Amino acid sequence: MASLSRTFRIQKRDFTNAGNASISVKKLLKSLNLSACVIRKVSICGYEGEMNVVMHAATDGILAFELTEKKIFLTVSDEGPGIEDIETAMQKGYSTASDEFREMGFGAGMGLHNIRENADSLHIDSTLGAGTVIRMEFNPGG
Amino acid sequence: MELSQIAHILEARFLACERLKSEEITKAGASDLLSDVLAADAENALLLTGIQTIQMVKTCNIAGIGAVILIRGKVPDHDVIELAEEEGLPLLSTGLSMFIACGRLYQQGIQGLKHAR
Repeated sequence: MASLSRTFRIQKRDFTNAGNASISVKKLLKSLNLSACVIRKVSICGYEGEMNVVMHAATDGILAFELTEKKIFLTVSDEGPGIEDIETAMQKGYSTASDEFREMGFGAGMGLHNIRENADSLHIDSTLGAGTVIRMEFNPGG
Repeated sequence: MELSQIAHILEARFLACERLKSEEITKAGASDLLSDVLAADAENALLLTGIQTIQMVKTCNIAGIGAVILIRGKVPDHDVIELAEEEGLPLLSTGLSMFIACGRLYQQGIQGLKHAR
């Protein structure tokens, strides 16, 4: 199986289109006949990452998807403002989302926690003022 | 239980995907927090919620939710209903409160997520 990759732009504060990149990834995974469990894990991680960019990023971001023979790679990146303390941000219930986003049903402080629960491997690089890169890996077999 | 029977129990009306009224529902959850929906194993479950935004429909797509009941008579904007129709997500509205809607379904044998009782 050859490698397959897609890149999607995520617009900051665009709640009309928020989630569309992850829904496209989910459709792609379904068309490739991957297991329901893998589709679920990748879709949830992509969506939580995408919503984080829409809610928090100072710039537009990128969702990059790559499927190789052995792995699925998902990367969500933006160029600021960065996460001050990643360990704190990973805690269940911790959120810096505004009231506006809470009214939409977000800001439960579960985003990064959900990503950690679903990704087979997770690496977060974040620098204040420079941005955040979330790299996730999944085993396509389960 | 068929979705049409759930609609009957909750005195709910279909806003989108009435064509899927014969779908079987065995478990349900209630939440107004979308990340909680994503954190739960809610594949094919019924979601009872007061959130009527476009993100609710997208979150349900990602989480694999089987159908949505909007409580307290909520009816979302047309674009939300249209997206639910496109995505094949049955969307219903009941005039009941969250508490009463959940209670009626529980009484009729609908289970919680992970089939808890």
